[in-house]
Amino acid sequence: MKIKLLTLALGAAAVATVGTSASAATLDDVKAKGFMQCGVSTGVPGFAFTDDNGDWQGFDPALCRAVAAAIFGDANAVKFTPTTGKTRFTALASGEVDMLARNTTETFSRDVDLKFTFAPVNYYDGQGFMVRKSLGVTSALNLSGATICIQTGTTTELNLADYFNTNNMTYEPVPIETNAEAQEKYLANACDVYTTDASGLAATRGSFEKPDEHMLLPEIISKEPLAPLSRHGDDQWADIIKWVRNVLVIAEEKGVTAANADEISKSSKDKEVLRMLGTLDDFGSKLGLPKSWGMDAIKAGGNYAEIFNRYIGPDTPIALARGLNALPGDGGLLYAAPLR
Amino acid sequence: MKKDIAYVATEMLPELPAPVNTHGPIAWMRANLFSTTRDSVLTILFTVVVLLALYKLLPWLLIDSVFLADSLRNCREIDTGGCFAVVVSRFNQLIFGFYPPQLYWRPILTFVLMFVAFAPLLHDNLPRKMLWFTAVYPLLAYWMLWGGAIWGPLLILAMVAGVYFVYQYASKTLSAGLSLLAALAFVVVWLLFIQTNLSDAITSTIGFVGLEPIESDKFGGFLITFVIGVTGIVASLPIGIVLALGRGSDMPTVKMICVGFIEFIRGVPLITLLFVASTLLNYFLPPGTNFDLILRVIIMVTLFAAAYMAEVIRGGLAALPRGQYEAADALGLNYWQGTQLIVLPQALKISIPGIVNTFIGLFKDTTLVSIIGLLDPIGIMQPIRSTAEWNGIVWELPIFVGLVFFIFCFTMSRYSMYFERKLDTGHRN
Repeated sequence: MKIKLLTLALGAAAVATVGTSASAATLDDVKAKGFMQCGVSTGVPGFAFTDDNGDWQGFDPALCRAVAAAIFGDANAVKFTPTTGKTRFTALASGEVDMLARNTTETFSRDVDLKFTFAPVNYYDGQGFMVRKSLGVTSALNLSGATICIQTGTTTELNLADYFNTNNMTYEPVPIETNAEAQEKYLANACDVYTTDASGLAATRGSFEKPDEHMLLPEIISKEPLAPLSRHGDDQWADIIKWVRNVLVIAEEKGVTAANADEISKSSKDKEVLRMLGTLDDFGSKLGLPKSWGMDAIKAGGNYAEIFNRYIGPDTPIALARGLNALPGDGGLLYAAPLR
Repeated sequence: MKKDIAYVATEMLPELPAPVNTHGPIAWMRANLFSTTRDSVLTILFTVVVLLALYKLLPWLLIDSVFLADSLRNCREIDTGGCFAVVVSRFNQLIFGFYPPQLYWRPILTFVLMFVAFAPLLHDNLPRKMLWFTAVYPLLAYWMLWGGAIWGPLLILAMVAGVYFVYQYASKTLSAGLSLLAALAFVVVWLLFIQTNLSDAITSTIGFVGLEPIESDKFGGFLITFVIGVTGIVASLPIGIVLALGRGSDMPTVKMICVGFIEFIRGVPLITLLFVASTLLNYFLPPGTNFDLILRVIIMVTLFAAAYMAEVIRGGLAALPRGQYEAADALGLNYWQGTQLIVLPQALKISIPGIVNTFIGLFKDTTLVSIIGLLDPIGIMQPIRSTAEWNGIVWELPIFVGLVFFIFCFTMSRYSMYFERKLDTGHRN
């Protein structure tokens, strides 16, 4: 934790005094390099992992690919840099990576103090609880006196303390270091409850031998909006990330998928769709991108729903429901500003 | 034969085996395991503990374990034990990281050639000419692993030759210190202005001759461990020797620099240095410099190990009796001759256990790079565990990685003991 604070402080200080070592026009640098560098995590089930060929896959790399496709028309013009919770912000601030798509919660201090620009949230997470069904608990409010496995040095630890304090309940913490350790402890009955981000809980539950014997409690006790981010001071670059994310959401709204994008770009009468796919107007050049940027981004891995379902959706072992991450019409928060 | 002797044996009686209770396993057990009541009780107790552990562990580890499956789910359908199929399925990633499979021969050949390069250093009955290969090996290994045009490594060789001539030429007219400075200036000028430009010029005139370049982000698994570990081990020994000698020097500047360096490095945890390498250096280097992360880490690890090595060797130097130094002086040898012929051979021999200790420690410390996002065997477990197929795997990967580390560390330790025995001249102080 100390090291983390130190790196953050040094990073912030260096950014504040020296100024970012990467030049302001990230897009020009990226175009000159011929590829984009994207910081991802070193592995979160469903969100970032390497496949048999050693390629990065997952919900986060998919966004990086979409951005790369929007710039170059090639979803593979991206290099992934695995970053840990401790190195991610300095890697971005120092210019080692051009954007971060790494399960990063948007907070005031990261936005303002560390000087990053967050694109719109692409996954709404929150801290939840997992228990054995045999415990007979249906609400987190019944958990008084429980032993709880909790990762040390995280915001989840503070959230947990606050929640139990507010509700006048007691608990016995079982401190653990990693998610793998937590799975073992929880399965070995060392704790009644495991708490971390709900997406992480779902992934953990999906890996169990008998997932049906466990359940997630309905309460979500914190806000964890995960969003891609870039450096302060390069609005053009931040706009590109923001609008690629928006295009993926709008594509879902309008039913444009990787498979039917070509056809819709010819047949559709919806002006927003035509604008997005580059048939009408040239919004790409305003971003410094080719006219087909929206089309390329969608064809890289599909629209938001396609990406979601491929990596973390109901048909995967992680089996996350859309929940807050559904379109507003379906009761979610996933909202994109109009493309006009 | 005389008749008054009643009986003379004319045949040798066959040798009988010694009584059972004086040799063999029973005697050994009696002497070592059951010699007293307390020993017997402890022996039985520990046997029970070991058997119990094996009884619990063996089914999981060997009998019920699964080695061929395509996912954890599949493993569980097949049997109840450990799912070592993950090691089989991701074996290449654990060893080579993301190195292109069709080029695996390059790291493998580099690894094999490493033994050829080490051989003349470790066995004195091999032809001395092999040392030339040892000298060229670091460049060869770099070129084999990272690829690129052959001109770069060749020009470095040219630079080394150039340094030699500059030093020779300068030392005819200048003092040794100034000649050294001239050689150093030559290296700096060469690296800053000549190396890349000349290499590019040759490539554009003659063309690209070389291997397909592989970038550092393709390196992973034990390949990273070996690249960092072996480079650190090989480079830290000479640097450590120089530092140790410098620390014992009468020249105040040299001594101060060496002491300052050693104490600074020893006062800082390795993980801090790695963070400096991975994050802080980016701020100080000019924008656009692409200073390879693995290279940065190798430099830090080497400096770290060198400081410890210096102290180990200083211990060896301090253990030499004063008389040895005086003997060197009495023979009329100058400082370098005395150090090379009399002091160092003895001091290094005394330090062998400590040196190998540092080597093994360094080799294992390389796993710390997983904290800064390099995917060494420890680091690469995380992305493997995060796939849909293998999520939920806990013990199998660390067991495999631990086994590989054990094999290499144990070999090093055994070899050092053999080396000590071989060099043992019987002069115990």
